[in-house]
Amino acid sequence: MPNYQDIILTLKSFWAEQGAVIQEPLDVEVGAGTMCPETFLRVLGPKPYRTAYVQPSRRPADGRYGENPNRLYKHMQLQVILKPSPDDIIELYMRSLEAIGIDLRRHDFKLEEDNWEAPTLGAWGIGWQVMLDGLEISQFTYFQQCGGIDLELVPAELTYGLERLTAFLQNVDSVYDIQWSDTSTYRDVRFLDEQQYSVYNFEKADVDATRKAFDTHEAESQRLVAEYGGLGEDDTAEKSRFPLLPAYDQVLKCSHLFNTLDARGAISVAERAAMIQRVRKLAVSLAAAWMNQQEVIG
Amino acid sequence: MAEFLLEIGTEEIPDWMIEPACEHLERNFLDALKEANLAEGVTCITHATPRRLVIAAEGLTARQVDKDQILTGPPQKVAFDQDGKPTKAGEGFAKRAGVALESIEIGDDGRLFVKRSVKGREAVEILGEALPDVILKVHFPKTMYWTAKSGPRFIRPIRWLVALLDGAVVPFEIAGVKSGAKTQGHRRLGTTGIDVTGFADYQDQLAENYVLLSAKTRRERIEKLANDLVPDGLRLRKNDKLLKTLGYLTEYPTPVLGTFEKEFLDLPEEVLETVMLHHQRYFAIEDVAGKLQPQFIAVANLDGDPDGEIRRGHERVLRARFNDGRFFWEVDQKQSLADRMPDLDGVVFHAKLGTYLAKSKRTTTIVDAIAADLSAGDETAGHARRAAELAKCDLTTEMVGEFPELQGVIGGLYAAHQGEPREVAHAVYDHYLPAGADDEIPRDLAGRIVAIADKLDTLGGFFAAGMMPTGSRDPFALRRAAYGVIRILIEGEMALSIDRLCKISGASNHGGDLREFFVDRLRYYLREIRGHRYDEVAAVIGASSDVPLDVSARTEAISQVRPTLDFEPLAVSFKRIENILKKAGGVKKYAAQTVNPDLLEAGAEADLYAAMTDLSAKVSGQKESGDYVAALNAVASLRPAVDRFFDDVLVMVEDEAVRNNRLTFLAHLLTEFSTIADFAEIVSG
Repeated sequence: MPNYQDIILTLKSFWAEQGAVIQEPLDVEVGAGTMCPETFLRVLGPKPYRTAYVQPSRRPADGRYGENPNRLYKHMQLQVILKPSPDDIIELYMRSLEAIGIDLRRHDFKLEEDNWEAPTLGAWGIGWQVMLDGLEISQFTYFQQCGGIDLELVPAELTYGLERLTAFLQNVDSVYDIQWSDTSTYRDVRFLDEQQYSVYNFEKADVDATRKAFDTHEAESQRLVAEYGGLGEDDTAEKSRFPLLPAYDQVLKCSHLFNTLDARGAISVAERAAMIQRVRKLAVSLAAAWMNQQEVIG
Repeated sequence: MAEFLLEIGTEEIPDWMIEPACEHLERNFLDALKEANLAEGVTCITHATPRRLVIAAEGLTARQVDKDQILTGPPQKVAFDQDGKPTKAGEGFAKRAGVALESIEIGDDGRLFVKRSVKGREAVEILGEALPDVILKVHFPKTMYWTAKSGPRFIRPIRWLVALLDGAVVPFEIAGVKSGAKTQGHRRLGTTGIDVTGFADYQDQLAENYVLLSAKTRRERIEKLANDLVPDGLRLRKNDKLLKTLGYLTEYPTPVLGTFEKEFLDLPEEVLETVMLHHQRYFAIEDVAGKLQPQFIAVANLDGDPDGEIRRGHERVLRARFNDGRFFWEVDQKQSLADRMPDLDGVVFHAKLGTYLAKSKRTTTIVDAIAADLSAGDETAGHARRAAELAKCDLTTEMVGEFPELQGVIGGLYAAHQGEPREVAHAVYDHYLPAGADDEIPRDLAGRIVAIADKLDTLGGFFAAGMMPTGSRDPFALRRAAYGVIRILIEGEMALSIDRLCKISGASNHGGDLREFFVDRLRYYLREIRGHRYDEVAAVIGASSDVPLDVSARTEAISQVRPTLDFEPLAVSFKRIENILKKAGGVKKYAAQTVNPDLLEAGAEADLYAAMTDLSAKVSGQKESGDYVAALNAVASLRPAVDRFFDDVLVMVEDEAVRNNRLTFLAHLLTEFSTIADFAEIVSG
């Protein structure tokens, strides 16, 4: 029976053989692998790209102090982007499952309609949830729009829920009982994480400080994008070296801080919609600037 | 006669879109044949699995019939000059027609003409041109592009195409996929690149490759094998909708029997069913008394489960979900529904209409007003009020967070569990009803009051904010809400007035629009659901539309009395009276005057007047007591007297006083007996 890290290693090498760049996780907090620049920015524009990476995804409101067998503050996604999507993408995906030891002649594999949408990113796509013996193990999306921009090439995004997949393969009921390596369980590796971040997010996070941080990062992103917008059309030298990637980090910070405030119960109804709108605005204007920069760089 | 086969090979199409897509595809296909004059004698069927939409047609003509075509040119005078030499116009026509000028004939009208025989085109060629549109114009609720932004749109990517006319490929291309003669089997049990020659062969080959092409066959297989699995003494809980869904989620369905721990049966059946049926798509199993059993049937898209791995997988998922349910139930009990009320201030109903706390307060006020109008009694009024306060509190529970489709239901279960009176729990449980056409209305009066008030507040709020439905756009399901109110009023026998409801709804200056909106739903209900005729509904609503319960009773009475001998002829006479009055200055004008009995002519006129006076008291008594059938029969009994009146009496006589009095009399007759229905609206014959 494969352990957690074996599964990750196998999937990574599977996609490496398909020509994917094996990236390492983004070092900024994100709620989903989609938000990483390797997905959010790479899917924009006409350049083909393939990548796969494991992204720890933080969702403060989903924390359960390490007490719920299925819910986590931070779970791991294996994110695969194939741009443009190859014609045999589903077959490839199925083979990746077979590579980790799932015999699809002996397991019930179904694709059930599930269209994906991320309002804060101005992004949506058409796709399915992948069901294996009644368990949702992946999300499969053909991106149609990102950062409010219709995509030229349609990427396929595969998001594997690694904990679920492993629990399935190891036949355990709780994620904490997953064998991470031959000697360590998921509990050994991650329990404290889950417990302490739940305490922080639900009880201790300083609301005022978090709010201020949100404002600060928002302002920083806005400042940079505005400055980029102010550059002369011919100033290609400055444009092509302009720090839009750091500006995008600021957007991600805002998104995460918003999630923290939300988990903390600190956001009123009226404010909630407004804050989502603020993050979306940052993401959309950044995406437009990025598209422009890509054209300049060529 | 040729046979045609089309298979559109796709990635998995959402199950609920498949049947409408088949219908649409067939229509597009037949339309294309019609346009090409190839449709005659064609019979055609469609089939579908999640990965393919299929048309099989027989009786196609392989070629269009040759047709004679006549091209008409300029008059002879224009085509040739005085010397008989061709002009530019003449030469031009010959060139266009593609013949030598000498061979052109001249018709009786003096114009040049050419008779040509147009060769019919090959069907294979016509189909090749038409099929891309036939396919891409199938309507889906949401489509995607997959090759590029500029590429074609369909529900999911098209991966292969089979198009055969009598075994020969009909060539065309969509999104880089060329039509051919190769199909694909089941994703894992079948192979790819399977050569097919025609429909029969195609169907056989698919079956060999674990694809049952017919949805009916798949459903029958599910039912049969599932029933075989059910232990003795128990039965499958029937669910046709689920059966249909599973038929379109699989190409080779095989049921698998699973079990779960008995302890989970302590959870409310609503939760168990939601998880099993809606989330996991499992069939439930019950005993002969209908009691849920700790077993279920999952349907795999495979040929079997030899080592029980699929069963174990489904069991584990179900256990986890039931455990969640149990956990949510326990956590939710830490705070009673009543204690959750202040939290509703944190749940937005709509940005323009405030939070659910504000909504609950408004609804409570409406509940009080309705209970008073109905003289519902203190106890019912109290229950309804309490239920209105609690109705939305389950929105803050973990259980509803996980199972939003159980809103209301969970509140009702919690209310009962927390010791609220039974009527209060029922009212909370039922207050979203009726949500669909098959739904019952709330079971108790308190629940009906709350259900009406909740919907009324929603309607009033959105109308006041100017957000009424337009065309097919009704994002807040306001039509459903108004329709629900109408159904509760009529089926719950609540004699409330629409005017009054609009007034208390908060629709403010849009009350009139809301009123019309309700009357539209009322019309729909009487016609489509109760099956009343169009003119009957128009007649009844024409008399008055304010109390739906009363409108419904009057319509029932009309439908009942209508077949009697005197009714329709009387309606014709009433129509005639109305026309006379309209020409003479309007019904209202004369209805406002009083009849002078001394001016009535002895005989038919005086007799009719006497009959009217006689009946008037009787009819209004019957109307008062709600016996509309008797009242209408009484009115219908006027027919001989009315007929005689029109036979013997001239209305528009010279003498102005007599004429005026006669018109006044007729106006009274018309209005007096048109309060149940406006008979003039009845279309006879």
